[in-house]
Amino acid sequence: MTNAGPFRTIVAFLEFVGGLTQLLARTLALAPAALLSKRGRRLGWHNLWQQMDRVGVKSVPIVLLVLFCIGAILSFQMAPILREYGKLDSVADVISVAIFRELGPLISAIVLTGFAGASIAAEVGTMVVSEEIEALEAHAINPVRFLVVPRVLATTVMTVCIAILGDVAGVAGGLTVSAGFLGLSPVQYWTHTFSVLQLRDFVTGLVKAGVFGLLISGLACHLGLRVTGGAQGVGTATTRTVVYTIVALIFVDLLFTGVFYYLGF
Amino acid sequence: MPDTAIQVQEVTKRYGDRTVLDKIKLDVFQGETLVILGGSGSGKSTLLRLMTGNVKPDGGEITSLGKALSKMTDGELAAYRKTIGVLFQSGALFNSMSVADNVALPLREHTDLAEETIDIMVKIKLELVGLREHADKMPAELSGGMKKRAGLARAIALDPQILFYDEPSAGLDPVTSAEIDQLIIDLNKKLGVTSVVVTHEMDSAFRIADRMVLLDRGKFIVSGTADEMKHSKDPLVRQFVHGLTEGPLTARRRGGAYVDDLLGGD
Repeated sequence: MTNAGPFRTIVAFLEFVGGLTQLLARTLALAPAALLSKRGRRLGWHNLWQQMDRVGVKSVPIVLLVLFCIGAILSFQMAPILREYGKLDSVADVISVAIFRELGPLISAIVLTGFAGASIAAEVGTMVVSEEIEALEAHAINPVRFLVVPRVLATTVMTVCIAILGDVAGVAGGLTVSAGFLGLSPVQYWTHTFSVLQLRDFVTGLVKAGVFGLLISGLACHLGLRVTGGAQGVGTATTRTVVYTIVALIFVDLLFTGVFYYLGF
Repeated sequence: MPDTAIQVQEVTKRYGDRTVLDKIKLDVFQGETLVILGGSGSGKSTLLRLMTGNVKPDGGEITSLGKALSKMTDGELAAYRKTIGVLFQSGALFNSMSVADNVALPLREHTDLAEETIDIMVKIKLELVGLREHADKMPAELSGGMKKRAGLARAIALDPQILFYDEPSAGLDPVTSAEIDQLIIDLNKKLGVTSVVVTHEMDSAFRIADRMVLLDRGKFIVSGTADEMKHSKDPLVRQFVHGLTEGPLTARRRGGAYVDDLLGGD
Protein backbone atom coordinates (compact mmCIF):
# COMPACT_ATOMS: atom_id res chain seq x y z
CA MET A 1 0.00 0.00 0.00
CA THR A 2 2.93 2.35 -0.54
CA ASN A 3 0.97 4.35 -3.12
CA ALA A 4 -1.83 5.05 -0.67
CA GLY A 5 -0.08 8.07 0.90
CA PRO A 6 0.49 10.27 -2.14
CA PHE A 7 -2.72 9.05 -3.77
CA ARG A 8 -4.79 10.05 -0.76
CA THR A 9 -3.04 13.43 -0.68
CA ILE A 10 -3.96 14.07 -4.31
CA VAL A 11 -7.56 13.07 -3.70
CA ALA A 12 -7.71 15.30 -0.61
CA PHE A 13 -6.22 18.18 -2.60
CA LEU A 14 -8.74 17.77 -5.42
CA GLU A 15 -11.58 17.58 -2.91
CA PHE A 16 -10.34 20.78 -1.27
CA VAL A 17 -10.05 22.66 -4.55
CA GLY A 18 -13.47 21.35 -5.55
CA GLY A 19 -15.00 22.56 -2.29
CA LEU A 20 -13.37 25.97 -2.66
CA THR A 21 -14.58 26.32 -6.26
CA GLN A 22 -18.08 25.35 -5.17
CA LEU A 23 -18.05 27.98 -2.44
CA LEU A 24 -16.84 30.71 -4.80
CA ALA A 25 -19.42 29.69 -7.41
CA ARG A 26 -22.24 29.86 -4.82
CA THR A 27 -20.91 33.20 -3.61
CA LEU A 28 -20.90 34.75 -7.07
CA ALA A 29 -24.36 33.29 -7.78
CA LEU A 30 -25.79 34.79 -4.58
CA ALA A 31 -24.03 38.15 -4.88
CA PRO A 32 -26.65 39.90 -7.05
CA ALA A 33 -29.47 38.78 -4.72
CA ALA A 34 -27.53 39.92 -1.68
CA LEU A 35 -27.13 43.43 -3.00
CA LEU A 36 -30.00 44.04 -5.38
CA SER A 37 -33.04 42.19 -4.07
CA LYS A 38 -35.48 44.35 -2.13
CA ARG A 39 -34.92 42.77 1.27
CA GLY A 40 -31.26 41.91 0.79
CA ARG A 41 -30.39 45.47 -0.05
CA ARG A 42 -31.00 46.71 3.48
CA LEU A 43 -28.31 44.58 5.06
CA GLY A 44 -26.29 43.60 2.01
CA TRP A 45 -24.76 47.04 1.43
CA HIS A 46 -24.25 47.73 5.12
CA ASN A 47 -22.34 44.46 5.50
CA LEU A 48 -20.36 45.22 2.36
CA TRP A 49 -19.21 48.68 3.52
CA GLN A 50 -18.31 47.26 6.92
CA GLN A 51 -16.16 44.58 5.33
CA MET A 52 -14.49 46.98 2.92
CA ASP A 53 -13.48 49.18 5.81
CA ARG A 54 -12.18 46.26 7.82
CA VAL A 55 -10.27 44.70 4.93
CA GLY A 56 -8.98 47.69 3.04
CA VAL A 57 -8.80 50.91 4.94
CA LYS A 58 -6.66 49.60 7.79
CA SER A 59 -4.12 47.92 5.53
CA VAL A 60 -3.34 50.96 3.37
CA PRO A 61 -0.45 52.38 5.45
CA ILE A 62 1.37 49.05 5.53
CA VAL A 63 0.96 48.44 1.81
CA LEU A 64 2.22 51.94 1.01
CA LEU A 65 5.26 51.45 3.23
CA VAL A 66 6.08 47.99 1.90
CA LEU A 67 5.71 48.90 -1.77
CA PHE A 68 7.71 52.10 -1.27
CA CYS A 69 10.56 50.00 0.11
CA ILE A 70 10.28 47.51 -2.74
CA GLY A 71 10.50 50.28 -5.32
CA ALA A 72 13.56 51.60 -3.50
CA ILE A 73 15.13 48.13 -3.34
CA LEU A 74 14.55 47.54 -7.05
CA SER A 75 16.20 50.85 -7.78
CA PHE A 76 19.34 49.95 -5.83
CA GLN A 77 19.49 46.45 -7.32
CA MET A 78 18.98 47.42 -10.95
CA ALA A 79 21.31 50.43 -10.94
CA PRO A 80 24.73 48.65 -11.15
CA ILE A 81 23.57 46.30 -13.94
CA LEU A 82 22.00 49.04 -16.01
CA ARG A 83 24.99 51.36 -15.45
CA GLU A 84 27.23 48.65 -16.98
CA TYR A 85 25.11 48.68 -20.12
CA GLY A 86 25.07 52.48 -20.12
CA LYS A 87 21.32 52.51 -19.66
CA LEU A 88 20.97 53.90 -16.15
CA ASP A 89 18.04 56.14 -17.09
CA SER A 90 16.08 53.01 -17.99
CA VAL A 91 15.84 52.14 -14.32
CA ALA A 92 12.48 53.92 -14.20
CA ASP A 93 11.12 51.82 -17.08
CA VAL A 94 12.13 48.59 -15.42
CA ILE A 95 10.69 49.57 -12.07
CA SER A 96 7.38 50.74 -13.51
CA VAL A 97 6.79 47.54 -15.48
CA ALA A 98 7.84 45.32 -12.58
CA ILE A 99 5.65 47.18 -10.11
CA PHE A 100 2.53 47.62 -12.23
CA ARG A 101 2.53 44.16 -13.75
CA GLU A 102 3.77 42.11 -10.85
CA LEU A 103 4.95 43.44 -7.53
CA GLY A 104 2.17 45.94 -6.91
CA PRO A 105 -0.63 43.34 -7.11
CA LEU A 106 1.35 40.47 -5.59
CA ILE A 107 2.81 42.26 -2.58
CA SER A 108 -0.50 44.00 -1.89
CA ALA A 109 -2.17 40.61 -1.95
CA ILE A 110 0.40 39.13 0.42
CA VAL A 111 -0.09 41.98 2.90
CA LEU A 112 -3.85 41.52 2.65
CA THR A 113 -3.47 37.81 3.32
CA GLY A 114 -2.61 38.85 6.84
CA PHE A 115 -5.13 41.66 7.23
CA ALA A 116 -8.04 40.08 5.43
CA GLY A 117 -7.31 36.40 5.06
CA ALA A 118 -6.21 35.49 8.57
CA SER A 119 -8.74 37.82 10.15
CA ILE A 120 -11.68 36.47 8.13
CA ALA A 121 -10.70 32.85 8.73
CA ALA A 122 -10.44 33.44 12.49
CA GLU A 123 -13.73 35.32 12.59
CA VAL A 124 -15.71 32.76 10.58
CA GLY A 125 -14.07 29.86 12.41
CA THR A 126 -15.01 31.35 15.77
CA MET A 127 -18.59 31.75 14.56
CA VAL A 128 -18.70 28.05 13.69
CA VAL A 129 -17.44 27.09 17.14
CA SER A 130 -19.91 29.34 18.97
CA GLU A 131 -22.88 27.94 16.97
CA GLU A 132 -23.51 31.30 15.26
CA ILE A 133 -23.50 29.67 11.82
CA GLU A 134 -26.07 27.11 13.02
CA ALA A 135 -28.10 29.98 14.45
CA LEU A 136 -28.10 31.72 11.06
CA GLU A 137 -29.36 28.53 9.41
CA ALA A 138 -31.99 28.10 12.12
CA HIS A 139 -33.27 31.56 11.18
CA ALA A 140 -33.42 30.56 7.49
CA ILE A 141 -30.55 32.94 6.69
CA ASN A 142 -28.08 31.51 4.19
CA PRO A 143 -24.60 31.84 5.77
CA VAL A 144 -22.95 32.09 2.34
CA ARG A 145 -25.17 34.99 1.33
CA PHE A 146 -24.93 36.72 4.70
CA LEU A 147 -21.27 36.23 5.58
CA VAL A 148 -19.28 35.05 2.59
CA VAL A 149 -20.65 37.32 -0.14
CA PRO A 150 -19.80 40.66 1.55
CA ARG A 151 -16.36 39.39 2.56
CA VAL A 152 -15.46 38.07 -0.87
CA LEU A 153 -16.77 41.11 -2.73
CA ALA A 154 -15.12 43.53 -0.31
CA THR A 155 -11.75 41.75 -0.46
CA THR A 156 -11.79 41.54 -4.25
CA VAL A 157 -12.61 45.22 -4.70
CA MET A 158 -10.18 46.36 -2.01
CA THR A 159 -7.31 44.24 -3.37
CA VAL A 160 -7.69 46.02 -6.71
CA CYS A 161 -7.85 49.48 -5.05
CA ILE A 162 -4.91 48.74 -2.82
CA ALA A 163 -2.89 47.41 -5.75
CA ILE A 164 -3.35 50.79 -7.43
CA LEU A 165 -2.18 52.62 -4.32
CA GLY A 166 0.70 50.16 -4.04
CA ASP A 167 1.71 50.82 -7.63
CA VAL A 168 1.97 54.54 -6.90
CA ALA A 169 3.97 53.90 -3.73
CA GLY A 170 6.35 51.59 -5.60
CA VAL A 171 7.04 54.19 -8.26
CA ALA A 172 7.55 56.78 -5.52
CA GLY A 173 10.08 54.50 -3.78
CA GLY A 174 12.03 54.02 -7.00
CA LEU A 175 11.90 57.78 -7.62
CA THR A 176 13.25 58.59 -4.17
CA VAL A 177 16.26 56.33 -4.50
CA SER A 178 16.97 57.22 -8.12
CA ALA A 179 16.83 60.95 -7.48
CA GLY A 180 18.39 60.82 -4.04
CA PHE A 181 21.19 58.31 -4.54
CA LEU A 182 21.67 57.48 -8.20
CA GLY A 183 21.83 60.97 -9.58
CA LEU A 184 18.83 60.81 -11.89
CA SER A 185 16.59 63.80 -12.15
CA PRO A 186 13.03 63.33 -10.88
CA VAL A 187 11.62 64.68 -14.12
CA GLN A 188 13.64 62.17 -16.12
CA TYR A 189 12.47 59.38 -13.86
CA TRP A 190 8.86 60.41 -14.21
CA THR A 191 8.96 60.58 -18.03
CA HIS A 192 10.71 57.24 -18.26
CA THR A 193 8.16 55.64 -15.95
CA PHE A 194 5.42 56.24 -18.48
CA SER A 195 7.43 55.92 -21.68
CA VAL A 196 7.48 52.14 -21.68
CA LEU A 197 4.39 51.52 -19.57
CA GLN A 198 1.30 50.60 -21.52
CA LEU A 199 -2.36 50.38 -20.55
CA ARG A 200 -2.19 46.61 -20.73
CA ASP A 201 0.56 46.51 -18.09
CA PHE A 202 -1.74 48.40 -15.74
CA VAL A 203 -4.81 46.32 -16.59
CA THR A 204 -3.18 42.89 -16.39
CA GLY A 205 -1.89 43.87 -12.95
CA LEU A 206 -5.37 44.81 -11.80
CA VAL A 207 -6.95 41.66 -13.23
CA LYS A 208 -4.44 39.65 -11.25
CA ALA A 209 -5.20 41.75 -8.17
CA GLY A 210 -8.90 40.94 -8.51
CA VAL A 211 -8.24 37.23 -8.80
CA PHE A 212 -5.89 37.40 -5.81
CA GLY A 213 -8.64 39.05 -3.79
CA LEU A 214 -11.04 36.23 -4.68
CA LEU A 215 -8.46 33.67 -3.64
CA ILE A 216 -7.65 35.32 -0.33
CA SER A 217 -11.25 35.66 0.81
CA GLY A 218 -12.43 32.40 -0.77
CA LEU A 219 -9.77 30.38 1.03
CA ALA A 220 -10.35 32.23 4.30
CA CYS A 221 -14.10 31.60 4.25
CA HIS A 222 -13.74 28.00 3.06
CA LEU A 223 -11.24 27.10 5.78
CA GLY A 224 -13.15 29.09 8.40
CA LEU A 225 -16.44 27.36 7.65
CA ARG A 226 -14.86 23.92 7.95
CA VAL A 227 -13.41 24.49 11.43
CA THR A 228 -13.86 21.67 13.93
CA GLY A 229 -12.49 21.28 17.42
CA GLY A 230 -12.90 24.56 19.25
CA ALA A 231 -10.25 27.23 19.71
CA GLN A 232 -7.44 24.99 18.52
CA GLY A 233 -9.34 24.38 15.29
CA VAL A 234 -9.67 28.12 14.75
CA GLY A 235 -5.93 28.56 15.22
CA THR A 236 -5.17 25.77 12.75
CA ALA A 237 -7.57 27.22 10.20
CA THR A 238 -6.02 30.67 10.51
CA THR A 239 -2.48 29.39 10.04
CA ARG A 240 -3.54 27.20 7.13
CA THR A 241 -5.29 30.13 5.48
CA VAL A 242 -2.14 32.23 5.46
CA VAL A 243 0.09 29.42 4.22
CA TYR A 244 -2.31 28.04 1.58
CA THR A 245 -3.13 31.55 0.36
CA ILE A 246 0.46 32.60 -0.15
CA VAL A 247 1.24 29.42 -2.05
CA ALA A 248 -1.94 29.74 -4.11
CA LEU A 249 -1.22 33.39 -4.88
CA ILE A 250 2.24 32.67 -6.25
CA PHE A 251 0.98 29.69 -8.21
CA VAL A 252 -1.93 31.58 -9.75
CA ASP A 253 0.40 34.50 -10.46
CA LEU A 254 2.68 32.18 -12.41
CA LEU A 255 -0.32 30.83 -14.31
CA PHE A 256 -1.64 34.24 -15.26
CA THR A 257 1.78 35.61 -16.12
CA GLY A 258 2.44 32.65 -18.43
CA VAL A 259 -0.95 33.02 -20.08
CA PHE A 260 -0.50 36.77 -20.55
CA TYR A 261 2.91 36.13 -22.03
CA TYR A 262 1.52 33.75 -24.60
CA LEU A 263 -1.41 35.95 -25.42
CA GLY A 264 0.96 38.83 -25.97
CA PHE A 265 -0.51 40.91 -23.16
CA MET B 1 -57.26 14.15 22.08
CA PRO B 2 -54.91 17.18 21.69
CA ASP B 3 -53.45 18.04 18.30
CA THR B 4 -49.96 16.80 17.48
CA ALA B 5 -47.43 19.47 16.63
CA ILE B 6 -44.56 17.10 15.88
CA GLN B 7 -44.59 13.38 15.13
CA VAL B 8 -41.35 11.43 15.30
CA GLN B 9 -41.92 8.15 13.47
CA GLU B 10 -39.34 5.34 13.82
CA VAL B 11 -36.45 7.78 13.36
CA THR B 12 -32.91 6.42 13.09
CA LYS B 13 -29.71 8.45 12.76
CA ARG B 14 -26.19 7.15 12.28
CA TYR B 15 -22.83 8.91 12.30
CA GLY B 16 -20.40 6.55 10.62
CA ASP B 17 -20.97 3.19 12.31
CA ARG B 18 -22.38 4.74 15.48
CA THR B 19 -26.15 4.56 15.80
CA VAL B 20 -27.02 7.74 17.66
CA LEU B 21 -30.81 7.30 17.51
CA ASP B 22 -32.55 3.95 17.10
CA LYS B 23 -36.15 3.83 15.87
CA ILE B 24 -37.36 6.68 18.09
CA LYS B 25 -41.09 7.14 18.23
CA LEU B 26 -42.72 10.04 20.05
CA ASP B 27 -45.33 12.76 19.70
CA VAL B 28 -45.21 16.38 20.77
CA PHE B 29 -48.65 17.80 21.48
CA GLN B 30 -49.72 21.30 20.55
CA GLY B 31 -49.16 23.84 23.30
CA GLU B 32 -47.36 21.52 25.71
CA THR B 33 -43.88 21.76 27.18
CA LEU B 34 -42.13 18.48 26.47
CA VAL B 35 -38.79 17.82 28.15
CA ILE B 36 -36.40 15.38 26.50
CA LEU B 37 -34.17 13.84 29.14
CA GLY B 38 -31.03 11.82 28.80
CA GLY B 39 -27.39 11.62 29.75
CA SER B 40 -24.53 12.55 27.41
CA GLY B 41 -24.56 10.43 24.32
CA SER B 42 -28.24 9.59 24.69
CA GLY B 43 -28.96 11.27 21.36
CA LYS B 44 -31.20 14.00 22.72
CA SER B 45 -29.35 16.89 21.04
CA THR B 46 -29.39 15.00 17.76
CA LEU B 47 -33.14 14.49 18.14
CA LEU B 48 -33.53 18.23 18.61
CA ARG B 49 -31.53 18.96 15.47
CA LEU B 50 -33.68 16.49 13.55
CA MET B 51 -36.83 18.29 14.68
CA THR B 52 -35.48 21.72 13.65
CA GLY B 53 -34.60 20.38 10.21
CA ASN B 54 -30.87 20.97 10.69
CA VAL B 55 -30.10 17.29 10.17
CA LYS B 56 -31.90 14.64 8.14
CA PRO B 57 -32.74 11.18 9.52
CA ASP B 58 -31.28 8.02 8.01
CA GLY B 59 -34.51 6.15 8.62
CA GLY B 60 -38.07 7.06 9.56
CA GLU B 61 -39.69 10.45 9.26
CA ILE B 62 -40.40 13.56 11.30
CA THR B 63 -43.62 15.38 10.60
CA SER B 64 -43.76 18.88 12.04
CA LEU B 65 -46.70 21.27 11.74
CA GLY B 66 -48.25 18.88 9.26
CA LYS B 67 -45.30 18.52 6.87
CA ALA B 68 -42.66 15.81 6.50
CA LEU B 69 -39.28 17.42 7.14
CA SER B 70 -37.01 15.19 5.06
CA LYS B 71 -39.22 15.65 1.99
CA MET B 72 -39.01 19.45 2.10
CA THR B 73 -37.32 21.45 -0.62
CA ASP B 74 -34.85 24.13 0.45
CA GLY B 75 -37.57 26.75 0.08
CA GLU B 76 -40.02 24.77 2.21
CA LEU B 77 -37.35 24.18 4.84
CA ALA B 78 -36.62 27.92 4.97
CA ALA B 79 -40.35 28.59 5.38
CA TYR B 80 -40.55 25.98 8.16
CA ARG B 81 -37.60 27.54 9.98
CA LYS B 82 -39.41 30.87 10.05
CA THR B 83 -42.21 29.24 12.05
CA ILE B 84 -39.93 27.81 14.73
CA GLY B 85 -37.45 29.34 17.15
CA VAL B 86 -34.29 27.77 18.57
CA LEU B 87 -32.39 28.73 21.71
CA PHE B 88 -28.87 27.35 21.43
CA GLN B 89 -26.82 26.25 24.40
CA SER B 90 -24.64 29.35 24.51
CA GLY B 91 -27.30 31.68 23.14
CA ALA B 92 -25.36 31.83 19.84
CA LEU B 93 -25.72 35.60 19.59
CA PHE B 94 -24.00 37.25 16.65
CA ASN B 95 -21.02 38.80 18.38
CA SER B 96 -20.53 41.67 15.97
CA MET B 97 -24.06 43.04 16.56
CA SER B 98 -25.80 44.61 19.54
CA VAL B 99 -28.62 42.82 21.34
CA ALA B 100 -31.22 44.91 19.54
CA ASP B 101 -29.65 44.21 16.14
CA ASN B 102 -29.52 40.49 16.96
CA VAL B 103 -33.25 40.44 17.71
CA ALA B 104 -34.01 42.63 14.68
CA LEU B 105 -32.08 40.44 12.26
CA PRO B 106 -34.85 37.92 11.46
CA LEU B 107 -37.28 40.82 11.06
CA ARG B 108 -34.95 42.71 8.72
CA GLU B 109 -34.17 39.60 6.68
CA HIS B 110 -37.62 38.12 6.35
CA THR B 111 -40.12 40.99 6.46
CA ASP B 112 -40.71 44.24 4.64
CA LEU B 113 -41.50 46.11 7.83
CA ALA B 114 -40.21 49.65 8.21
CA GLU B 115 -37.33 50.30 10.58
CA GLU B 116 -39.58 52.11 13.07
CA THR B 117 -41.93 49.13 13.23
CA ILE B 118 -39.02 46.75 13.68
CA ASP B 119 -37.73 48.97 16.50
CA ILE B 120 -41.03 48.64 18.34
CA MET B 121 -41.19 44.88 17.85
CA VAL B 122 -37.63 44.49 19.13
CA LYS B 123 -38.56 46.43 22.27
CA ILE B 124 -41.61 44.20 22.79
CA LYS B 125 -39.58 41.00 22.47
CA LEU B 126 -36.85 42.33 24.78
CA GLU B 127 -39.47 43.34 27.33
CA LEU B 128 -40.92 39.80 27.24
CA VAL B 129 -37.53 38.39 28.25
CA GLY B 130 -36.68 41.23 30.64
CA LEU B 131 -33.79 42.76 28.67
CA ARG B 132 -35.26 46.01 27.37
CA GLU B 133 -32.67 48.23 29.18
CA HIS B 134 -29.80 46.27 27.65
CA ALA B 135 -30.84 46.65 24.01
CA ASP B 136 -27.68 48.47 22.94
CA LYS B 137 -25.17 46.24 24.71
CA MET B 138 -22.84 43.98 22.74
CA PRO B 139 -22.96 40.22 23.49
CA ALA B 140 -19.49 40.33 25.06
CA GLU B 141 -20.88 42.65 27.75
CA LEU B 142 -23.63 40.25 28.81
CA SER B 143 -23.67 37.63 31.55
CA GLY B 144 -24.52 34.01 30.73
CA GLY B 145 -28.14 34.40 31.79
CA MET B 146 -28.55 37.60 29.80
CA LYS B 147 -27.09 35.96 26.71
CA LYS B 148 -29.72 33.24 26.90
CA ARG B 149 -32.49 35.80 27.34
CA ALA B 150 -31.21 37.71 24.30
CA GLY B 151 -31.01 34.49 22.29
CA LEU B 152 -34.58 33.75 23.35
CA ALA B 153 -35.78 37.21 22.31
CA ARG B 154 -34.25 36.57 18.90
CA ALA B 155 -35.85 33.12 18.72
CA ILE B 156 -39.33 34.62 19.24
CA ALA B 157 -38.77 37.55 16.85
CA LEU B 158 -41.01 36.06 14.16
CA ASP B 159 -43.65 34.72 16.59
CA PRO B 160 -42.87 31.04 16.11
CA GLN B 161 -45.28 28.18 16.75
CA ILE B 162 -42.69 25.86 18.26
CA LEU B 163 -39.73 26.79 20.47
CA PHE B 164 -36.75 24.48 20.87
CA TYR B 165 -34.40 24.86 23.83
CA ASP B 166 -30.99 23.14 23.78
CA GLU B 167 -29.85 22.71 27.40
CA PRO B 168 -31.15 26.10 28.60
CA SER B 169 -29.65 25.68 32.10
CA ALA B 170 -26.15 24.86 30.88
CA GLY B 171 -23.54 27.00 32.60
CA LEU B 172 -26.01 28.87 34.81
CA ASP B 173 -26.13 29.16 38.58
CA PRO B 174 -29.25 27.70 40.27
CA VAL B 175 -30.99 31.06 40.70
CA THR B 176 -30.47 32.18 37.09
CA SER B 177 -31.43 28.72 35.95
CA ALA B 178 -34.71 29.01 37.86
CA GLU B 179 -35.30 32.43 36.29
CA ILE B 180 -34.82 31.03 32.80
CA ASP B 181 -37.16 28.16 33.65
CA GLN B 182 -39.82 30.66 34.72
CA LEU B 183 -39.30 32.50 31.46
CA ILE B 184 -39.85 29.26 29.52
CA ILE B 185 -43.10 28.66 31.43
CA ASP B 186 -44.27 32.25 30.95
CA LEU B 187 -43.57 32.29 27.24
CA ASN B 188 -45.31 28.98 26.79
CA LYS B 189 -48.43 30.45 28.43
CA LYS B 190 -48.29 33.98 26.97
CA LEU B 191 -47.44 33.02 23.40
CA GLY B 192 -49.30 29.73 23.28
CA VAL B 193 -46.28 28.03 21.71
CA THR B 194 -45.31 24.39 21.84
CA SER B 195 -42.00 24.01 23.69
CA VAL B 196 -39.46 21.21 23.31
CA VAL B 197 -36.69 21.38 25.91
CA VAL B 198 -33.59 19.19 25.91
CA THR B 199 -31.94 18.99 29.30
CA HIS B 200 -30.41 16.71 31.88
CA GLU B 201 -31.12 18.97 34.85
CA MET B 202 -33.92 17.26 36.76
CA ASP B 203 -34.80 20.33 38.86
CA SER B 204 -35.48 22.34 35.72
CA ALA B 205 -37.32 19.45 34.11
CA PHE B 206 -39.74 19.06 37.01
CA ARG B 207 -40.35 22.82 37.08
CA ILE B 208 -41.26 23.26 33.45
CA ALA B 209 -42.44 19.94 32.00
CA ASP B 210 -45.97 18.94 31.11
CA ARG B 211 -44.56 15.64 29.89
CA MET B 212 -41.11 14.09 29.86
CA VAL B 213 -39.37 11.64 27.57
CA LEU B 214 -36.30 9.66 28.63
CA LEU B 215 -33.71 8.59 26.08
CA ASP B 216 -30.78 6.31 26.74
CA ARG B 217 -28.07 5.42 24.23
CA GLY B 218 -30.27 6.39 21.32
CA LYS B 219 -33.29 4.43 22.44
CA PHE B 220 -36.65 5.63 23.68
CA ILE B 221 -37.12 4.38 27.22
CA VAL B 222 -40.30 5.89 28.57
CA SER B 223 -42.51 8.96 28.49
CA GLY B 224 -45.01 10.34 30.96
CA THR B 225 -46.06 13.27 33.08
CA ALA B 226 -43.69 14.64 35.72
CA ASP B 227 -45.58 12.72 38.42
CA GLU B 228 -45.48 9.44 36.51
CA MET B 229 -41.72 9.77 36.02
CA LYS B 230 -41.15 10.63 39.67
CA HIS B 231 -42.98 7.55 40.86
CA SER B 232 -41.74 5.14 38.22
CA LYS B 233 -40.62 1.71 39.41
CA ASP B 234 -38.28 1.11 36.42
CA PRO B 235 -34.70 1.00 37.82
CA LEU B 236 -33.14 2.94 34.93
CA VAL B 237 -35.77 5.68 35.08
CA ARG B 238 -35.47 5.83 38.88
CA GLN B 239 -31.67 6.18 38.74
CA PHE B 240 -31.81 9.04 36.23
CA VAL B 241 -34.78 10.92 37.66
CA HIS B 242 -33.56 10.80 41.23
CA GLY B 243 -29.83 11.13 40.46
CA LEU B 244 -28.89 7.90 42.23
CA THR B 245 -25.29 6.70 42.21
CA GLU B 246 -26.26 3.01 42.05
CA GLY B 247 -28.30 1.59 39.23
CA PRO B 248 -28.30 0.18 35.69
CA LEU B 249 -26.55 3.24 34.22
CA THR B 250 -23.48 3.00 36.45
CA ALA B 251 -23.40 -0.80 36.55
CA ARG B 252 -22.83 -1.12 32.82
CA ARG B 253 -20.08 1.46 32.95
CA ARG B 254 -18.06 -0.58 35.40
CA GLY B 255 -18.41 -3.85 33.49
CA GLY B 256 -15.69 -5.91 35.22
CA ALA B 257 -12.89 -5.07 32.82
CA TYR B 258 -11.06 -3.27 35.64
CA VAL B 259 -9.74 -6.41 37.35
CA ASP B 260 -8.55 -7.91 34.08
CA ASP B 261 -6.87 -4.65 33.15
CA LEU B 262 -5.04 -4.50 36.52
CA LEU B 263 -3.83 -8.09 36.38
CA GLY B 264 -2.67 -7.72 32.79
CA GLY B 265 -5.08 -10.24 31.26
CA ASP B 266 -3.95 -11.51 27.85
